[in-house]
Formats: sequence, structure tokens, C-alpha cells
Amino acid sequence: MALRAVRSVRAAVGSLCAISAPSAGCSPRPWGLRAGAVRALRTGPALLSVRKFTEKHEWVKTENSVGTVGISNFAQEALGDVVYCSLPEVGTKLNKQEEFGALESVKAASELYSPLSGKVTEINKALAENPGLVNKSCYEDG
Amino acid sequence: MQRAGSVVSRLGSRLQALPSAPCRSLSCAQDVLHRTPLYDFHLAHGGKMVAFAGWSLPVQYRDTHVNSHLHTRQHCSLFDVSHMLQTKIFGCDRVKLMESLVVGDIAELKPNQGTLSLFTNEAGGILDDLIVTSASEGHLYVVSNAGCREKDLTLMQDKVRELQNKGSDVALEVMDNALLALQGPTAAQVLQAGVADDLRKLPFMTSAVMEVFGVSGCRVTRCGYTGEDGVEISVPAAEAIRLAAALLKNPEVKLAGLAARDSLRLEAGLCLYGNDIDEHTTPVEGSLSWTLGKRRRAAMDFPGASVIVPQLKSKAQRRRVGLTCDGAPVRAQSPILSPEGTVIGAVTSGCPSPCLKKNVAMGYVPYEYSRPGTPLLVEVRRKQQPAVVSKMPFVPTNYYILK
Repeated sequence: MALRAVRSVRAAVGSLCAISAPSAGCSPRPWGLRAGAVRALRTGPALLSVRKFTEKHEWVKTENSVGTVGISNFAQEALGDVVYCSLPEVGTKLNKQEEFGALESVKAASELYSPLSGKVTEINKALAENPGLVNKSCYEDG
Repeated sequence: MQRAGSVVSRLGSRLQALPSAPCRSLSCAQDVLHRTPLYDFHLAHGGKMVAFAGWSLPVQYRDTHVNSHLHTRQHCSLFDVSHMLQTKIFGCDRVKLMESLVVGDIAELKPNQGTLSLFTNEAGGILDDLIVTSASEGHLYVVSNAGCREKDLTLMQDKVRELQNKGSDVALEVMDNALLALQGPTAAQVLQAGVADDLRKLPFMTSAVMEVFGVSGCRVTRCGYTGEDGVEISVPAAEAIRLAAALLKNPEVKLAGLAARDSLRLEAGLCLYGNDIDEHTTPVEGSLSWTLGKRRRAAMDFPGASVIVPQLKSKAQRRRVGLTCDGAPVRAQSPILSPEGTVIGAVTSGCPSPCLKKNVAMGYVPYEYSRPGTPLLVEVRRKQQPAVVSKMPFVPTNYYILK
């Protein structure tokens, strides 16, 4: 996960923009989602612990008004080795669809857009030392 | 005497319609990409193809970008650079032709010696950077950027016609060859196993024609775009796959694509035309004054000399510098600021350095901020972070230079 925010709302629609360097770009394959659709994936025993995916290839899992945000396996594969994570400070107020950070590979930067409105309560500090966790474990440690 | 090749007919056989994926960065208006002789070879080896300057080329293969980059610096990598324009200039007046277009002392090149040079315009701007080699067979061998193909061909062909009309003995031929770059500390050792010539006698920026792994008529030039020792091999198109396969047999060699090519050249402090230098930068601003020939500076007989030569003594210009910083990676178009927070320039290339684990970049700053060690600020996503002007290359180079 990348961060946790208070007060979950329904996942937003948007796009994970890859700003590619002029030398070469990568074109993500179109995924199965239609515009406006959100796919819910049941991952745990608790009914409330459902991981929802946005069209931007981010996921949010909410529990007791706290949402946990990360990127999908498809997104981490398209991005390549993450070498730096730019995350907001704890306490930052975010609006749905607002840009809150970026994930950087050697070649390109991918902006992150918040699927929820809320206040950042925690960021994944492990990513400062080990940004590769986003690739190795995009649903748990990264 | 050779005639100038017909560019369209040579390319026509290799133009392919692109299936579904959108293509950006095309140098021409057509929705088709050129393919090099190694196109199928790239696919067979897991190459992820992208559009670059109107060509379909692999950005990487099965290895990650970082692994491919590091493999080049520790072993060696094979790059398909056939998209670059290769031309031959023939005739007694070939040096006169070349010197009418570039800034270097071409007449002083020894047989089989090459040099980096620049096409310039009357305003002193750089039209392209290129390598000119004086082939002992009696022609000039020129390699220039794919992105400037039409511009460079028109430039050279117009000048050929102009000189021919005045009675000069000169002609141009576009080469159909593939171009393979083998780069890294073990490149020479890998190549030596397939050539009879002693490669210890082929130093940096020299060239020779030889048989390579059974393929005759290959021009091998000791140069490259990575900062490592290595060669670029110009090989007849029909034999390109055979040669690439032979090189790849050696476990030292791995295929590498455009992604690694860009991060390697950036660590080596080498310019990318269109990013770090363009028609609005002069050689002095680009920190490429060393390309201006000694005789040429005195004679002021190259395009834009009246603008460029006075800049050598003046401190009024901006300069291309290297920058290093920690924090978020710095990329092209990021503003550069003085320590007081005034915007003083912009980044033209940048990436996280896989070797140094710091961010490296090139950009332009006013002369007074260009000394290595000068602290500056760079703005990334509206946040300012400290950066330092640094000497280039960022990573030491390993060119094979005889002492």
C-alpha cells in the first residue's frame, strides 16, 4: 500500500498517467474496465475489507473509515523497477482525483491520484528505503 | 564513381503498417514505422517494441532496465542502432564538402580516424551531431541521428549538387547497412574471438573494415554512446541477424534497448540531440567548444562562425552543465533555480543513475552559475530540492585510448 486515508468514498475514475521521457515511451495495454466502472474484489473474510480498483490501476481497501491505497499488479509491471516514491506528508488533506504523489522508474514518472477524499493518516515509510516493494508486493508491503 | 542512393526506394521495402498501438515521436507525418533488419530478431528475443524517431525499436528485452544498464558496465551489451543514418561521401573534394557543413578540422583526420562533429547553421545553432571518419578506402563515412535523417540528407545532398555545379568532384551514397553497437568492458574480448585483426591496434575513434564472425565487409569503429569501451559494426543488412546471433552466443553479451541506451549515455555525459542540444544552442553554449577545429576557428570558415567564435572569449552565454541531486528524480523541463529561488534555467535530460544511486541531469544555466560545485535548486512537482553543478561524465569513462 502507498498510504491510508480517513473517510472512504466510492472509488474514483481516472487514469494513471505515465509521463514518458522523450527517448521512448511505453503504451499500457487497454484493460478490461469500461469508463465509469469499478471492479470490486473480495480479498478477506470481513465483508467490509473489499479491494476496489480504479481505472487508473490503483486500488483502495477500506475498513472502519480508513482507506488503504496502492497500485495494481498490472500498473507495477508496466512501470518497471520503482526507484523513488514521492508521497504526501501525514496530515495532508486530499480530494478525490487529486494528485497526491508519484512513482518513479529510471525511465519515467507516474503520477498518483487519490481515489478518496480524506486526510492522510499514515504513509508506507518502508518505501523510502525500499521503493522496489511496490514491484515485489504491490498489494501488501509495497 | 558512386551515385547518391535513392532514399525512398531503400526505405520502401522496410516500411510496415503499424497494427493497433498508437505511435508517438514520429519524424514524418505517416502512420508507419520503419523496421531495421533485426526487427524479427528483437521480437524473438522478447523485445518490447516502441516508436522512436519513426522507427520500431526495442525499449528493453526480458531483463529490467536497471539490470540491462548494469550488465553493460560490467560485461557487454548489444544494441541495434541501425536507425541512425549512415552515408558515404566520395570524390577528391569530399573534405571540402564536409568542411562546408561542419565545425571540425576534417582535413587533419588521419586515415581511418574519426571525430565527433556538428552540422551548424548560419545563426550558429547546431543542426545535428555526427561522427565523421576518414576511411582509408577513399571516402568519408558519416553517422548521424535518425531524428535528423531528412534534414541531414537534404543538407548534404544540396551541398553536393551545389559543388558539382561548380565542377567539384564529389558524390553521396546512403548506406543500406545495419549498425550494431557492442559496448562494455568485455566487448573487445568478445569481438576478438571473431576477427583476425588485433583489436589492441584499434584505439578509440579509429575504424577498419574486416571480416567479423564470418561476415565480410564489416566496418568496425571503436566508438559508442555509453562511455564504455566498445565498437559500432556497420554490417550488410542481409547478414545482420547472422552477426547478431554470433555475438549473442557469447554468454558475456546480452541484448539491450533504448531505455538502457539513454541512461548509459546520460551517466557518460553525452548529449542527446533534440534534448540537450538543438538548433537554438551554439556549440559554445552546449559545452562542445572542443569540436571547433583549431584551423577552422582561425579561418572562420564554417556555418555560423561569426556568431560562434566570438562566444569563445565571452562569458555572456548560458552553458550546458551536469547536475546531481538526491530526492525525486529530475527530468527534462524541470526548472533550475538559483539558491535564492530565481528561475535561471531548465533541465534538458535527467534520470536516476543506476550506477551512482543519485539523480543525474543536464541543463542550461547562466555562465556565472556553471562552475562545478555551485549549489543550485531544481523544482520537481512544485517542490524545490537542492542540486549541485557536477563535472561530466558522472560515471568515469573507459574509452580504449593508447598512451
